[in-house]
Amino acid sequence: MPAPEQRRIIFQHIDEPGYTNDIDCYLRNGGYEVLKKAVGRKPEELIDEVKKSGLRGRGGAGFPCGVKWGLVDRKSGKPIYLIVNADESEPGTFKDRYIMHQDPHQLIEGTIISCFANNVKQAYIYIRGEMPEGARILEKAIAEARAKNFVGPNILGTGYSCEIYVHRGAGAYICGEETGLIESLEGKRANPRIKPPYFPAVLGLYQCPTIVNNVETLCHVKYIAEHGGEAYAKIGTPNNTGTRIFCVSGHVQRPGYYEFPAGTITMGQLLNDVCGGPLPGRTFKAVIPGGSSAKILRFGERFKGKRKVGTEMVDYDWGVEDVPMDFDSLGMIGTMGGSGGVIVMDDTVNMVEALANINAFYSHESCGQCTPCREGSLWMKKISSRMVHGDARPQDGALLKSVADQIPGRTICAFGEACSWPTQSFIAKFTDEFNNYHEAKKQPKPAAANVLV
Amino acid sequence: MNLKPETYQRIDEVITHYPVKRSATLPLLHLIQEDVGHISEEAITWIAQKLELQPINVLEVVTFYPMFRRAPIGRRHIKVCRTLSCALSGGYKTCDTFEKEFCTHRGEISPDGEVTVEFVECLASCGTAPVVMIDEILHEKVDVTKAKQLSAQIKAEAAARK
Ligand SMILES: Cc1cc2nc3c(=O)[nH]c(=O)nc-3n(C[C@H](O)[C@H](O)[C@H](O)COP(=O)(O)O)c2cc1C
Ligand code: SF4
Ligand code: FES
Repeated sequence: MPAPEQRRIIFQHIDEPGYTNDIDCYLRNGGYEVLKKAVGRKPEELIDEVKKSGLRGRGGAGFPCGVKWGLVDRKSGKPIYLIVNADESEPGTFKDRYIMHQDPHQLIEGTIISCFANNVKQAYIYIRGEMPEGARILEKAIAEARAKNFVGPNILGTGYSCEIYVHRGAGAYICGEETGLIESLEGKRANPRIKPPYFPAVLGLYQCPTIVNNVETLCHVKYIAEHGGEAYAKIGTPNNTGTRIFCVSGHVQRPGYYEFPAGTITMGQLLNDVCGGPLPGRTFKAVIPGGSSAKILRFGERFKGKRKVGTEMVDYDWGVEDVPMDFDSLGMIGTMGGSGGVIVMDDTVNMVEALANINAFYSHESCGQCTPCREGSLWMKKISSRMVHGDARPQDGALLKSVADQIPGRTICAFGEACSWPTQSFIAKFTDEFNNYHEAKKQPKPAAANVLV
Repeated sequence: MNLKPETYQRIDEVITHYPVKRSATLPLLHLIQEDVGHISEEAITWIAQKLELQPINVLEVVTFYPMFRRAPIGRRHIKVCRTLSCALSGGYKTCDTFEKEFCTHRGEISPDGEVTVEFVECLASCGTAPVVMIDEILHEKVDVTKAKQLSAQIKAEAAARK
């Protein structure tokens, strides 16, 4: 089956010739019309639309946005904050970058609508430090929107006021984790907080109720406010509504970003039809489907089980190519859709070396609060990099696995899972490659192979 | 602190963005680093005073975040992405090229004082790997040829300054 057509609702204007990131261009394209209508509605109605839409967060966890908004403590009498998670730091993910650089007003409109719906008077956009240009673009866009009374005091004469400020991170991945982000925004080290009791919806920024949403999620909210929750829920598949943006990188002919109705495209269609297949003369070996922490899939493995289609349970028997790219299907086969970052590796890649690269990342980024995470990620890095640069032993795979197995479930934040899943899944799926690496490393490498660590 | 008048102005402005002064720690560190080039002992005490904190509160932030540095670097900062998608597309070769072009090693200031080459983690542009940030500009698909071109450009700009 050929791949379905892209449906760009969030990336509609990305890379469009002549489309610029200033407010005039945005207004010419119908910008802020949705906000104008939204502020005439009851906030609860907007929250209802988001609930009906089934929108799931695009930051990684896929948590339903309407449910998250429903958890906000509205009785405390404290101000409610909204934070836009623009930290985009999960390796393999690069969608929010294009929204912020090329269509910043879409994000600002979505943010203000979300703030209005939740009675938020102050929002912060937490953008990663390595996007100084993005930060400047957003600041300029906010100033433009303020000048036109879409942001700031008494928005469009409604008596409702809301400010947005941009806050820059400084190169730490853990600031993407929502409670680490909050600590960072409070001017501290980004050490994630323990839940309970620090659920942001109740005890977030300055111990006030706080909503943290991803950049892309808030753009979907704008679309939902425009078209209604029901119409949105018709895009995609039940429980995986709306569109999904895939960021494809690594060994394909056409890496890049592609937006499809959720659940309508399979991995094979995405990689072969949309991204042009493997590089000349090579074959696909493995793919990480949802950012570097998602468990790896090996081409050639098969997944069998029963799944719900409509009201019926049907058998499925999938190869990697057959898996629909939605949260539930990817979850069913033991991995995740995560942030939509699809990293492709071909037959030139040695899995020990690829894992050593990933382990170096996590070891660098652990915040260090929890011993299993800090020490575990460090030792996984040391062992895998010793395998590559020093002596490799047949039992190293088992050793790595034993370290990885002791991390998840024993840490303050989900980084513990994120750093152990690569090791666990690489070793489970490429056991022989780990066991035989001491032999394999003596052989000449394929000419096209790149150094990975 | 000896800062540009504009930096002082921006510092006072940014503090107003937060109900709690301490939140301005990262913004102040950025502003001072942009102005001075690095975060000195004096800057840490100055920020602490400005935000009514203890110097340790600022120091612990400086040491946590990779972007803040305690010592000067080369005139230009070349950050090469090290993470998987870039490495799969030859990021290590890109980094080696910059090191060779400027006769330097990762993390050091080149002998001519012109650059510091460094590996950094994923820059969120994995689809155009390998990527490199030179100061505040992102460069995409920087293979060996492009790395040489960029190096030549930096050298030419350095020569023009002399
Ligand atoms: C280690 C770690 C890193 C994360 N990094 C990011 C990130 O870079 N960007 C992001 O939007 N969410 C990230 N998240 C998810 C956030 O914690 C949070 O779930 C998300 O911002 C919620 O927004 P959403 O519901 O709109 O997806 C990360 C989570 C963890 C555990
Ligand atoms: S799991 Fe790791 S990153 Fe998360 S709080 Fe613990 S040490 Fe920090
Ligand atoms: S891996 Fe280099 S930009 Fe993401």
